Amino acid sequence: MGKTIAEKILSLASGKDVYAGDIIVASVDAAMAHDGTALLTIEAFNEMGGRGLWNPSRVALVIDHVAPSATESFSRVHRVMREFARKYGATLYDAGSGICHQLMVESGLVYPGALVVGADSHTCTYGALGAFATGIGSTEMAAVFMSGKLWFKVPETIRIEVNGFLQSMVLPKDVILKIIGMIGADGATYKAVEFCGPTVKAMSMDGRLTLCNMAVEMGAKTGIIEADGKTIEYLSGLGVKEGLSFRSDEDAVFSSKISLDVSGLEPQISCPHKVDNVRSVREVEGKEIDQVFLGSCTNGRLEDLRIAAEILRGKSIKKGVRMIVTPSSRSIYLQALKEGLIEIFMRAGCIVCNPGCGPCAGAHQGILAPGEVCLSTSNRNFKGRMGSVDAEIYLASPATAAASAIEGKITDPRRLLRK
Amino acid sequence: MHYDRIVGRVWKFGDDINTDLIIAGKYKLSITNLDELSRHAMEALIPNFAEKVKRGDLIVAGRNFGCGSSREQAPLVLKHLGIGAVIAESFARIFYRNAINIGLPAVECKETNRVSNGDTLEVNLVDGYIKNLTKNEVYSVKPIPPALLEVLASGGLVNYVKKYGRLPW
Repeated sequence: MGKTIAEKILSLASGKDVYAGDIIVASVDAAMAHDGTALLTIEAFNEMGGRGLWNPSRVALVIDHVAPSATESFSRVHRVMREFARKYGATLYDAGSGICHQLMVESGLVYPGALVVGADSHTCTYGALGAFATGIGSTEMAAVFMSGKLWFKVPETIRIEVNGFLQSMVLPKDVILKIIGMIGADGATYKAVEFCGPTVKAMSMDGRLTLCNMAVEMGAKTGIIEADGKTIEYLSGLGVKEGLSFRSDEDAVFSSKISLDVSGLEPQISCPHKVDNVRSVREVEGKEIDQVFLGSCTNGRLEDLRIAAEILRGKSIKKGVRMIVTPSSRSIYLQALKEGLIEIFMRAGCIVCNPGCGPCAGAHQGILAPGEVCLSTSNRNFKGRMGSVDAEIYLASPATAAASAIEGKITDPRRLLRK
Repeated sequence: MHYDRIVGRVWKFGDDINTDLIIAGKYKLSITNLDELSRHAMEALIPNFAEKVKRGDLIVAGRNFGCGSSREQAPLVLKHLGIGAVIAESFARIFYRNAINIGLPAVECKETNRVSNGDTLEVNLVDGYIKNLTKNEVYSVKPIPPALLEVLASGGLVNYVKKYGRLPW
């Protein structure tokens, strides 16, 4: 019987022939926790009598959620993480290095065929490299730290085939928002979502990471894309040679197959307060905004910064609107500096922050007041997520974000092309 | 805890109760003390929920309870406030795993739409049913797999390891 990519990776990791529905114990290839989750992990590790990491070179601790620390309590969390990493030999990415998910991709810990767990729901991002990656909790992460193993339920897979050329100013973010609107916030719960088709093949790694990042917003256990020449080239650029590229068999069993033609797709936007409340940008154009956030593990990569800078070049953001730009990692920040993107943002009146999670999780660097409206390139618009419960969050692409910052209201970025 | 008889009064919620509604990031990323953090549980939905809730109360909700972040603080604050069990039509997967791992019963029941705010329920995880003592109705529940029930009955993963001296796998 044929297998999906997810079934193949979990068969390899468990040493058994497994299929959807099986409950298995599998060996993980890498594990990650960040400053929002690591304290509970370290406490559980100590309470369970942990004496060492199963493989220190496969464990990463990342300080990114409140980086640098905004409160004394988190300064203490960071100190505990640094001490733990030093004591047990884990790799520590300190404040300013970047967002955990981008760093995991850049670190070489993620490769095709790997099984990776992270104490963060957006761990599903790494499926873009042909890995099986999923978010877990803090306490079970402590058990992974100790044993390198965890139980999993092998998920069914929804296969989504994407066809058609995207119009100018329509980006991978618009594709994934469209898909989430179709599937719903719990339409893929406990399932893997495999993205395929010519549109996905044509996407850069940055775009593919955006797709897989938001799989959890449909409830999915992971997003996954078959590794191809582009994946291998990207990883060899990072010095990564490991990996086994899997593809789903012709006769694999999928829970459903969906086909989507995006050639006529317009820019999409997720409206308050649920991610699956998706419309075309055109339907909500004109809504006044107070803040724009360009960044996060969804859309803070080079391709995102480039398209936003292209729109903002020689222009200024609207008076009274603040735009926060946060590159996802130090290496992305450096490349953006080289390409002159940071200068474009600064001249346009943006606030450029250090790499990190910034305002996305409501920690700092752009908290919303009651009644404020934010257009964000991040992945969640839950009530109260970025500050006040009386604020509104809209989610859209980097192009829509930049165009809207210039106009001071939600704007279809294609409008600027016509000017 | 006796998992054959959890009795409590119901706080009823709707669908897609996400982790930011259970405990917002702005608190989770500034407060590490659980007593202090728990004061903000569910506050966006019910102001001062932490003061109103009584030990042993139950949370009953619709679909996709606990969607969003992997934050274990979400089930932790509910457990800390004394919530006896969370019963939902369906759960987001990480919340479900976290709840079991910290020893908070998470119970899947397709008939939560028949439960009203303030009802008193009796939950039996061993035989797998819920009795609505207010409405005199019985609902079936999806059984918790035996291995997980053992983790739950130990009071979570940490207590399991303390009790048996090994991980469950």
